[in-house]
Amino acid sequence: MAVTQTSLTEHVTPLTLGAEVVGAAFLGRTPAFALADGTGVLAEVGAEQRFTLHEDATILTAQSMAGRMVTGGDDGRVVELRGDGSVTELANEKGKWIDALALRDDGSTAWTMGKTVKARDPKGEVKEMSAPSSVRGLCFMPKGYRLALAHYNGVSMWFPNTAAEPDGLAWRGSHLDVTVSPDGRFCITAMQEHALHGWRIADKKDMRMTGYPSKTRSFSWSHDGKWLATSGAEACIVWPFDSKDGPMGKGPRECGVRPARVTRVAFHPRAMVLAAGYDDGWVMLFRLGDGAELMVHRYEDKGSPISALAWNEDGKRLIFGAEDGTAGLLDLPA
Amino acid sequence: MSDKIPVTVLTGYLGAGKTTLLNRILSEDHGHKFAVIVNEFGEIGIDNDLVVGADEEVFEMNNGCICCTVRGDLIRIVEGLMKRRGKFDAIIVETTGLADPAPVAQTFFVDEDVQERSRLDAVVTVADAKWLSARLKDAPEAKNQIAFADVIILNKMDLVSEEEAREVEGRIRAINPYAKLHKTTKCQVPLDAVLGRNAFDLERILEIEPEFLACGPDCDHPDHDHSHDHGHDHHGHDHHGHDHGHHHHGHDHGHHHGGLKVYHDEEMQSVAIRIDGDMDPNKFMPWINDLVQREGPNILRSKGILAFKDDPKRFVFQGVHMILDGDSQREWKPGERRESKVVFIGRNLKEDELRKGVASCAA
Repeated sequence: MAVTQTSLTEHVTPLTLGAEVVGAAFLGRTPAFALADGTGVLAEVGAEQRFTLHEDATILTAQSMAGRMVTGGDDGRVVELRGDGSVTELANEKGKWIDALALRDDGSTAWTMGKTVKARDPKGEVKEMSAPSSVRGLCFMPKGYRLALAHYNGVSMWFPNTAAEPDGLAWRGSHLDVTVSPDGRFCITAMQEHALHGWRIADKKDMRMTGYPSKTRSFSWSHDGKWLATSGAEACIVWPFDSKDGPMGKGPRECGVRPARVTRVAFHPRAMVLAAGYDDGWVMLFRLGDGAELMVHRYEDKGSPISALAWNEDGKRLIFGAEDGTAGLLDLPA
Repeated sequence: MSDKIPVTVLTGYLGAGKTTLLNRILSEDHGHKFAVIVNEFGEIGIDNDLVVGADEEVFEMNNGCICCTVRGDLIRIVEGLMKRRGKFDAIIVETTGLADPAPVAQTFFVDEDVQERSRLDAVVTVADAKWLSARLKDAPEAKNQIAFADVIILNKMDLVSEEEAREVEGRIRAINPYAKLHKTTKCQVPLDAVLGRNAFDLERILEIEPEFLACGPDCDHPDHDHSHDHGHDHHGHDHHGHDHGHHHHGHDHGHHHGGLKVYHDEEMQSVAIRIDGDMDPNKFMPWINDLVQREGPNILRSKGILAFKDDPKRFVFQGVHMILDGDSQREWKPGERRESKVVFIGRNLKEDELRKGVASCAA
C-alpha cells in the first residue's frame, strides 16, 4: 500500500511537558498544550511559558478554535487561554467535573457536567438545559447557534436561544462523542459498542459504521468536508461523505495499517493529507491521493499513546503530545 | 496487572453503616490514598478532593446480552481519575442502598478501557444485624447485595441478642456461604479485611470452600485463607438442600457451629458441585457458555477450579451473570487430588440440572 515512505523525523523538535497531554492547538503561531496536571503551556521553542489554569486540579478535557484554548477541570472550572498569555475563567461549577467542551469561532463556549449543558455566547450570556442522561460529547453545529449533544439513546440538537424542546436523533445505546459534517447534513456519534452511528439530519435516516476493535475517540473532517477520519482501529478509518447518502452502502478507506491502534487523527487544513497518532507513540502523515506515507515520529521500543494532535492554520506545522508528557513540533520543510 | 488500580465496591442497605465504614477508610492512617466514588456527597463528613459524586446511570450494552448492564458514569469517572494517576492507589465505589451490584461489577469486565486500567478487588456488603433478616424478606436488592458479596460486614451486633444473631447469620449463609463474614459494632473491622482482598483475582478462587464448613462462623481465626487441602472431612457440600430451619450440628469436623441455624432461602441459593478426577474442556466450555447464556439473568456469581484432562495446570473461572472470565493458573501439585469444583449463587437455581450438567462434562 505504501508507495513511498519518507521520513520527516529530523524536522521534529522534541518537547518535554512533564504531564499527560490532554489537548494541543496552535494559538496563532504559538504551539499550546493543556496538561492533565492543570497546566497550560505556550511552547514557543526556547521561550516556553507555563500557566496554572486549574490549581491543584486535573484538566479533563480541552478544545481549541480561533486563537483560544479552553480547558475543563475536575475543579468544575472552565478556563480560556490565549496566545498572548491571557487567562480567563469562563465558568466555575463548584463540586462538578467538566465532562465535555465545545467552541464556536465567534467566541461561544459550551460545556457539560453530568446531564447539565450550558452555552455561553460571546457577550457572556449563559443558557442552560438538562439532557435525558449524562452528556459525554458535544459540538456546535455549523449553521446557527445550535449544539449537538451525545447521550444515552441518541443525540439532542439544542438551540440555546430558543425555548423550543431540543430535536432528537434516536438510536439505542450509549453515545460518547458527536460531530456534525461541515455542510450540516450528517450527524455522527462514537458509541460505547465500538461503532459509529450516523444520521442524515434532514430525514433522520440511520447509518451504522462498524468494525472497530475499540472505541473511536477522535474524529477529523477533511478540509473540503467530504471525508471523516476516525480513530479506534489499527489504521485510520476514513468514511466518504461526498454523495447525498454519505457512507450508506459504501466502505471506508483505510490508511496507515500498523500493528498499533490509532488514537488521534487530524486532517490537514488545506490538503488531502491526514496526520495520525498511535497508541505506541508513533505519528505519521498519509497523502490520500496516492497513499504515500511519511514518518513523523517513531520509537524503537514502545512509546506512550498519542493523546493530542493539531495542525496550525496554514498546515505547515504539526504538534503532537502523548500520555507520558512527551510531545513534538514538526516544521514541514518548504 | 500490578499497575491496575484495585477497585472495592461497597454496597449495603440504607442505614447499615456504609458511611461509617467509608469515613473510617478516609480518616484513618493506613498509608493508602483512596479515590472514593459516592452517590451522595453530603453523607461523607470529610473534605477530600478525591471524593467524586456519581449518578448511578445504568445502561444496557447492545451486545445481545440481555442482562449486560453497565454503569456509564463509572466508565467516565474512572477515565477521569486515571488522569491523576499517582495521587491515589485504590478506588472505592459506594452504591446506593437500593442498587444492584451487578452493573458496577460488570463495568469492570465489559469496558475495555476501564479493564485496562483497573481491576475489581471485591464486593463488600455492609449489613445491619438488627434489620437484615426482615429486609431479606421484603427487599430483593438486600438479597442481591448479600448474594453478590465477597466480604460481608454484619454490623450493629451490639443491638441483637444471641438468638437474633444466629438467625441473621443463618439467613446470610443460606444465600451466600462463601463470603468472608465479619461481625462488627460500628464497622470496627481491620481495614485490610475489607480492602485488598483480591476476591476477583482468578488466583484466589481457591477460597471456594464454604468458609463456615471449614472454620465456623464464630472462629476468630485471623486469616481465613485456609489452604486447599485442609483436614476437614466434609462430604460433598451436603449442607445445601435439606436440614433447613433447625439447629444443625451434623458435620464431624473439629470446629463448632455455635448453634448456627441453617436455612434454605426459597428464592436465592448457592449450589456447590464437586467432581473427582478430570473434566473434558470440550464438553465443559460449551456447557458453561450455554448455561450462562440461558440462565445468566438468574446466576449472580459463578466460580470454579477445574482439572482439565491432559492439562497439568488448574483452570479457574469466575462469572457475573452472563460474563465469564477464565484462565489457566498454577500446576497441580504432586500428590494434590485432581478434582473440579464449581459454585453458583443465584435465584431459583435448577440444582439437579446444574449437577447433571457438570457431571456430564467429566472426562
